[in-house]
Amino acid sequence: MTSIKEKKMQKASVSNWFKSGDPWVWLNAGAVAISVIMVIGLLLLIAVRGLGHFWPADIVEAKYEIPGSPAYNLVAERVESVEVPAVQVREAGINIGDDKELVSRTLMKTGNRDFYGSDFRWVLDDFLTEVEKPEMLFAAERHEWGNLYGYLKAVKEDGTVIAETQDKQVTDSALATWESFQQSIERALVIHDDIYQIEKHDIGAINHGLERLRLKQRSLELNDELTPAILADLDADRAVFDQEYKVLQDRLITLYGEINRDTFVVEAMDGTISELQVAKVVRAFRPNAMNVFEKMGFYGAKLWEFLSDDPREANTEGGVFPAIFGTIMMVLLMTILVTPFGVVAAVYLREYASQGWLTRIIRIAVNNLAGVPSIVYGVFGLGFFIYFMGSSIDQAFFPEALPSPTFGTGGLMWASITLALLTVPVVIVATEEGLSRIPRNVREGSLALGATKAETLWRVVLPMASPAIMTGVILAVARAAGEVAPLMLVGVVKLAPSLPLDGNYPFIHLDQKFMHLGFHIYDVGFQSPNVEAARPLVYATALLLVIVIALLNLAAVTIRNHLREKYKSLEM
Amino acid sequence: MSKTTDSQAPDLDFNSPALIRHRKVRRFKDKAATAGIALGGSSVILAVLLICFYLLYEVLPLFAGAEIEQKAAYSLPLEESGASHYLTLEEQNEVAMRVAQNGSIIFFDSQNGELIKHVESTVSADMTAFAMEDDTSRIMALAYENGELVIAQHNYKISYPDNKRKITPVVEYPFGKQAIKVADFPIKQVAIRNGEAALSLVVMGESQSRIVKLEKEVNFITEEVEITQSEASLPFVDDAKALLISGDQRYLYIATKTGAMTELDLRNLNDIKIKAQHQLTKEGAELSSMSYLLGQSSIMVADDTGRVSQWFNVRDEQNVENITFIRDVSQPVGIIDVAMEQRRKGFATLDNRGVVVIYNATSSRQVINEKLSDDNASNIAFSPRANGLILEDDKGIRFFDIDNEHPEVSWGSIWSEIWYEGYQEPTYTWQSSAANNDFEPKYSLMPLAFGTLKAAFYAMVMAVPLAICGAIYTAYFMAPALRRKVKPVIELMEALPTVILGFLAGLFFAPFLEENLAAAFSILLVLPLGILLFAFVWSRLPNQIRWLLPDGWQPLILIPVVIFLGWACVAMSPVIELNFFAGDMRGWITNDLGITFDQRNALVVGFAMGFAVIPTIFSITEDAIFSVPKALTQGSLALGATYWQTMVRVVLPTASPGIFSAIMIGMGRAVGETMIVLMATGNTPIMDFNIFEGMRTLAANLAVEVPESEVDSSHYRILFLAAFVLFLFTFVVNTIAETVRQHLRKKYGSL
Repeated sequence: MTSIKEKKMQKASVSNWFKSGDPWVWLNAGAVAISVIMVIGLLLLIAVRGLGHFWPADIVEAKYEIPGSPAYNLVAERVESVEVPAVQVREAGINIGDDKELVSRTLMKTGNRDFYGSDFRWVLDDFLTEVEKPEMLFAAERHEWGNLYGYLKAVKEDGTVIAETQDKQVTDSALATWESFQQSIERALVIHDDIYQIEKHDIGAINHGLERLRLKQRSLELNDELTPAILADLDADRAVFDQEYKVLQDRLITLYGEINRDTFVVEAMDGTISELQVAKVVRAFRPNAMNVFEKMGFYGAKLWEFLSDDPREANTEGGVFPAIFGTIMMVLLMTILVTPFGVVAAVYLREYASQGWLTRIIRIAVNNLAGVPSIVYGVFGLGFFIYFMGSSIDQAFFPEALPSPTFGTGGLMWASITLALLTVPVVIVATEEGLSRIPRNVREGSLALGATKAETLWRVVLPMASPAIMTGVILAVARAAGEVAPLMLVGVVKLAPSLPLDGNYPFIHLDQKFMHLGFHIYDVGFQSPNVEAARPLVYATALLLVIVIALLNLAAVTIRNHLREKYKSLEM
Repeated sequence: MSKTTDSQAPDLDFNSPALIRHRKVRRFKDKAATAGIALGGSSVILAVLLICFYLLYEVLPLFAGAEIEQKAAYSLPLEESGASHYLTLEEQNEVAMRVAQNGSIIFFDSQNGELIKHVESTVSADMTAFAMEDDTSRIMALAYENGELVIAQHNYKISYPDNKRKITPVVEYPFGKQAIKVADFPIKQVAIRNGEAALSLVVMGESQSRIVKLEKEVNFITEEVEITQSEASLPFVDDAKALLISGDQRYLYIATKTGAMTELDLRNLNDIKIKAQHQLTKEGAELSSMSYLLGQSSIMVADDTGRVSQWFNVRDEQNVENITFIRDVSQPVGIIDVAMEQRRKGFATLDNRGVVVIYNATSSRQVINEKLSDDNASNIAFSPRANGLILEDDKGIRFFDIDNEHPEVSWGSIWSEIWYEGYQEPTYTWQSSAANNDFEPKYSLMPLAFGTLKAAFYAMVMAVPLAICGAIYTAYFMAPALRRKVKPVIELMEALPTVILGFLAGLFFAPFLEENLAAAFSILLVLPLGILLFAFVWSRLPNQIRWLLPDGWQPLILIPVVIFLGWACVAMSPVIELNFFAGDMRGWITNDLGITFDQRNALVVGFAMGFAVIPTIFSITEDAIFSVPKALTQGSLALGATYWQTMVRVVLPTASPGIFSAIMIGMGRAVGETMIVLMATGNTPIMDFNIFEGMRTLAANLAVEVPESEVDSSHYRILFLAAFVLFLFTFVVNTIAETVRQHLRKKYGSL
């Protein structure tokens, strides 16, 4: 009896519960929870994967034997593990026994791409045996071919052995060899820096000078002003550059001779012994022998390298400094363009234009332009700025460089202008909103005191609207920093030969193509030949971009609050 | 009183020179500011609005017609040689060539008719038949009454004496200057086809026909070309009017005056069979010509009723090729001559009236229709770049300039189904470029528009429920303290660069989803049910526990629940696959359901783009619901309605225009999103609503193709059209949304 009664009550209360509408409220709450989890999860995912990249992972050595194929020795870093249904593995022809339903599979980074052709391989955890982490195993980052893993056997100088070991355990001879290897690397790095300095800066400056001479000569030629005297002058200048170049060239030859002095001998996981040049190594380390503090130090160094260095190996290794620099330059130029124009347009619309139907239509149009897809602006920028205006500019001002275009191709200036156009509606809308919030009587008070309209605007209205203007500008900056699609059409490249700002006249090169963090993500993640190896770097770049944009947004909020505080007394 | 003021007045002189000057400066500054701001402001606004007009400016030439203009007219050079069998121009439109009735090859200046070179026939007999291999190969066959045949090629050598271009025409004989004996009967008809390895000739006499195949073999040691000749006789077709050998030299088409076409299989010269027979013309019409369009795939058949029809081989289900009628165009009077463009799929017809009509075969667009001659015009030919046309009539030769930039584009070719060469049926296809020159560009924007809407649709399916439900809770049920924290978090999503979302979708989520496909679908079911179950259990808990969670803080306690459910789904995914889908759901979908599965598919795009759209919809919806006047809700609650009833019956209807505009704006954003689709789909332009296949959207297509398209080409302009379509679409959608929102704001104002 009681149980039936209880059941009835239960039933009634379920339907009552539904009637009360509570379940739907909970479902809505669930939507909020899901959204919040998605955002935070996404940020965490980027952060963990991006920051994890720099941590020196342990190298494992193990025996790997799949039934039916010969066993081999595996030396690798663990990347990730997944559980897969055993059926899939059986279908691949691997005998794993019938009792299992799930097997775990691990992606191992074996490095040594120059030996094995690929950096990664999947292994089934069940067949890994004798897993060890020997302390003498070392990893070397190289200028090309990715990481190297193995045991150090010897270090040679000009072909003569200076340190040698046969031990795979930590012994005195092993450590001594390691020590001399490190010294050799350090020496090579110093020389490498010299070479880099000469090739990139000194020779770059000479090339720039020679190119300017060539253009000067061509332009004189075009204007029929090239006299033998001028030509002789030009040739003299050229001879000076050639002389300098020769000196540098000689120096480079010696440096290259020096840097290639040392070699080292390494034993890879399959026992092959190879002799490689020390000059190819960026850094070598033994993660298994590092303690936490050493690892943290290493981590810091890697992070700094990421932020301050040029990319290596088709952008899949090294740093992203040129991309950071390019992004900042482009955004700065865009801000310089967008702020005055956006504010002037908004002031005109709100304060000067007569408020009729035309103004209303323009206002709606400007408002909606903020919602027009960015790629459309890119297409416009390419067609109008680059192909139309750029080639006209080239013909008028840079005929000497033709047929190679100066402004008739994508570049920093066109990218900034295109993005300024893209973001100007944001600034206009925000500024207008700020202007419309200023009470009429403030303006009238100023006018009644005898101030002209311009004075009122400058001294009263604009200061009061400045928080709104600032918000608009920073929102524009945040949008511009994350925009990639239009930039792909108007001047971003995967690898720019030099920064748009350098020591060569005219110092800021508006016509130059540049690198960009967002495009870097797209390019390295999707266009690079070795996506698997590049992935961690892409996460790190993505994290950097998120941080930059989050900081910009935060700055917007802070500045707005600060200004609001400052002009609080003015507000109603 | 007045005295005191009087005494004080002189102290304040408002009109001192300094003050006057100061006032002047101020007035000037004010005026300058006004002028400057007006100028600057309106020019910024104009510049912004310029986008729309510039896009249009680039698009319009696509639909502008072509123009033709007579540049020269002169009498027929070397008229005594007889009228022309064949007329043509070289690349620069400077030198024209004609093959006269007597077999002379005559080169003359196209602008004034001045004779440049005359190459007389090398055979003493009368020339009885002539055939051109192809306008672009410039190889021709001249056949004679005595059964001999000469293969010649006209060529042009360019030199620059005194920095001026000089074009010297020459006639070459790739198979020797000596005539080849191909038949022992007078040749009435001839056809020629050249290929890498062999050259086929078909000759037809009064009552017999033969095929001669010249096989070229290069001797490895001496590098000499050795020619072996094989011959066979062909089934004779009476009353033949036109012969055509297929591009691969496998088939011969013989068409009679009445339009009956016999298709012969030439693959085995020892066993030549009739493959098929077709009727090319309508009853009563007399065939006037049959020739190949550029690419040697389409046969163009003209008749004396003025109809020109296009035919090409179409594979049927048994993979057998059949010559099939594709489309036709017609003129009111009989066609005299058809000329083919050499770089595009265009052709021109010349009819009895002397009217020349230029068409494009793909778009069947008629670009020019003009009467060019009153004097029995007999021959027309295009220049290689199709920017000139030469016409022969009783009075001589006329030369015309043509300006015809974009014939392949018409409204129909962009938005409707077109039957392209080599396709089984009319399709919507986007394929803008290929490696070969005789490629037929396929500019249908439909697959791209479809892909755009498909991506937007799946994104909306994902975003709308989450964003709106979330907004309802945040605006109406959530505790203010929590709301202040949750709103910025969700709105932070809006600032997230889409390139990051695209990268995560393509490189993290797509492979993850492929491996945990079962989880993706189970989560759809498990999450709502799990939340409901949890809520029910919660409502059964003793009050002491329930009161620990104040009203409006439910999401907080749901976060661990959702995380747990999601984790459970992913963890259970292999088990589900094992038990229901034989361990491989992807394989099950492709093999058992027969659905194509791409790793980067609409599901991935929907998820990633939904993610990008959620904050937009969320914040506008939240705004709309939050600004519903409190008086309304309080009234409803006071009348005894529950919170939920108030929400559904009072708040939502009031806020619905705002929600509508939120969805519209979200939709506009999804339609224009580039990076996510670029990175998270395979970018194949297909028309399939399958959730497991990718798509190519208008925006992604722009990003991929605009940098590579040639400036001012048809492709370039069509891409601008795509940009314009995107612009217009988002502009209209946003305007509607904005208007609705303004209206709503007014309504609230009155409440």
